[in-house]
Amino acid sequence: MSETHAQTVLFVRDTMLPPVDPPIAERGAVKWMRENLFSTPLNIALTLLGVLIVWWLVSASLPWWLNSVWNASSLSQCREIVAATAGEGASGACWAMIRERWHQFIFGFYPASEWWRPVLAFGLLFAALAPVLFAGQKRNQSLILLAVLAYLLVTLYLAGAPGTAFLLSLLLVAGLLVGAQLAPGKLLWFTLAFPALCFWLLWGGSVWSPIVAMAGFGVLYAVFRVGTPFIGLVPAAGAGVVAAVLWWLYLDKPVVDALQAALPFGIQSVRSDLFGGFLLAIVIGVTGIAFSLPIGILLALGRQSDMLIVKTLSVGFIEFIRGVPLITLLFTASLLLQYFLPPGTNFDIILRVIILVTFFAAAYLAEVIRGGLAALPRGQYEAADALGLDYWQAQRLVILPQALKISIPSIVSTFIGLFKDTTLVAFVGLMDPLKGVTQIVRADINWKGIYWEPYIFVGTIFFLICFGMSRYSMYLERKLKTDHR
Amino acid sequence: MADAAKMQISDEVAIQITGMNKWYGQFHVLRDINMTVQRGERIVICGPSGSGKSTLIRCINRLEEHQQGQIIVDGTELTNDLKNIDKVRSEVGMVFQHFNLFPHLTILENCTLAPIWVRKVPKKEAEETAMHFLTKVKIPEQAHKYPGQLSGGQQQRVAIARSLCMKPRIMLFDEPTSALDPEMIKEVLDTMIELAEEGMTMLCVTHEMGFAQAVANRVIFMDQGQIVEQNEPKEFFNNPKSERTKLFLSQILGH
Repeated sequence: MSETHAQTVLFVRDTMLPPVDPPIAERGAVKWMRENLFSTPLNIALTLLGVLIVWWLVSASLPWWLNSVWNASSLSQCREIVAATAGEGASGACWAMIRERWHQFIFGFYPASEWWRPVLAFGLLFAALAPVLFAGQKRNQSLILLAVLAYLLVTLYLAGAPGTAFLLSLLLVAGLLVGAQLAPGKLLWFTLAFPALCFWLLWGGSVWSPIVAMAGFGVLYAVFRVGTPFIGLVPAAGAGVVAAVLWWLYLDKPVVDALQAALPFGIQSVRSDLFGGFLLAIVIGVTGIAFSLPIGILLALGRQSDMLIVKTLSVGFIEFIRGVPLITLLFTASLLLQYFLPPGTNFDIILRVIILVTFFAAAYLAEVIRGGLAALPRGQYEAADALGLDYWQAQRLVILPQALKISIPSIVSTFIGLFKDTTLVAFVGLMDPLKGVTQIVRADINWKGIYWEPYIFVGTIFFLICFGMSRYSMYLERKLKTDHR
Repeated sequence: MADAAKMQISDEVAIQITGMNKWYGQFHVLRDINMTVQRGERIVICGPSGSGKSTLIRCINRLEEHQQGQIIVDGTELTNDLKNIDKVRSEVGMVFQHFNLFPHLTILENCTLAPIWVRKVPKKEAEETAMHFLTKVKIPEQAHKYPGQLSGGQQQRVAIARSLCMKPRIMLFDEPTSALDPEMIKEVLDTMIELAEEGMTMLCVTHEMGFAQAVANRVIFMDQGQIVEQNEPKEFFNNPKSERTKLFLSQILGH
């Protein structure tokens, strides 16, 4: 008894145990599968069901993808090739349609000799976005500009751009690249000038019309600056807007004509009804995104204002625009707006659509941003006030940076929604890539009956663009995260 | 020290409040407040919660609007005139219970924001001033961190430095230690005591009676929106006159 007791109590280890791998069922893929796929009878059943569904989907669609035809001149020829290679009754995708009609999906009926202009505008768009998207980051800005340079080098050559334009645009981007090294902040001036440049490249015509139109903003700013000391900030801004509108309505055209007569310079002008495809979607989408954010911010601030008129107007605008389907607004743009404008003004249909799409997105953004403003503690407003910051300083330096940061996911959702909604312009007779162009392609006797391919093609491009926006917003959220690092 | 402190008080009037009334809707939150603050005075305002003491000092920089009576701060009367309000606010520093630092800016940027935009001080000079005051509150090494990375006591000291960067002539403290852990209260109080010794005009809403006894030259006791009693700290604590004050003191000093 005492001997056994001594043995159980007294214990001295003379060899140390080496570490041993866990049993096979407790490590690696087996463990993962056991925990994630086969943990309970219900999960086993669901896993098997899932595998079956995936198997069914893949086996049904894989031959269609594998039998893709890239070289053919009509749908019936596609089918003959599929039948010849894969046997009678087999199905196959006919991407030959994309190969033959890709330009309509991209440019609509934009004249082929001028394709280099939208191509150039698209490249410069990224050069203009870089200082906004990557403010103060020399490296990222330079990378984007380098990519733009490479893109333009290839695409302008392929699109057969005239030599002068080719050289000038490469010089411009190279200049921006140098600017990014010396003074990255100054590149914002290019961003500000880009809308006018882009407008001129896409629609063509006299070089003076975008310059004189931009001068309207100069008028706005001048009236605002001169007026502020006399009548205060908000009335001066209002007077500036009125002056600018008067400039655009009555002075714009005579000034352009006079300048064009004195110094004629222009490129071939392209009518709005020739625009189509992704060119149209991107023009409407990017313009809408760029202008709806500032308008949305102003509306959100207006809705919170103590001033009764500002508040009522903001609430009325937001509720009216949000309460009406976008298609109604688009019909308004295409039919009714003409009646409200002074007689004789011929307002471009794309411009009208852009304005209403912008208002539509701005109304949504205003509510999104109001949510961000409401999420800020009152103490932030009080601290800004107590330090003596005035209203606009407090908003710009303290409140909005935080409120916008909170709202980034919803703002980007609204932007993505806006971009996809650009396909709705098909309802007012514009050639959006999804319905407009696809319909035109299918109206061709050669491609009558083609169904999946155009939608898959257009859907993929939409997905890539929207996915890009979503990734950028996640990057931005990470970058701006300053709390509890 | 008490004598030295007394000598710093001048005859110049820093804040003059006469016949001031304030309502929140129907609720009469401040009733007929009359008080004069001399330059260099250090006043502690105490009272039960809901007695209007925070509201009173928030009226002094117009975070709250008063409906009746007159508030004159540094010779400027507070009215609806926004210019006057901004002028007063840039001369009066305020420290809040919940610090209210700007979480999207670094500590240094928090301190330079108002000097750069309100006082139009060049950035470099503003940063030098900020580092001076951050050194004074003993956290210069945190200048490039964000508020979320600091402890509560450190954040409150940054908030004090941020106010001081505007070179205010009057400082208001709204329960500066109420949201802090006990061991952090001392570091904030030490900073405030140092400030008091330099002759800053201070109005402080606080329940730190030790602080009141150490630095205040006047204690104001408020209840139900009225000033019930004010006296020198020694008299106030040892020999309170009103029954309400006696009850309050027995409750907060009792444990």
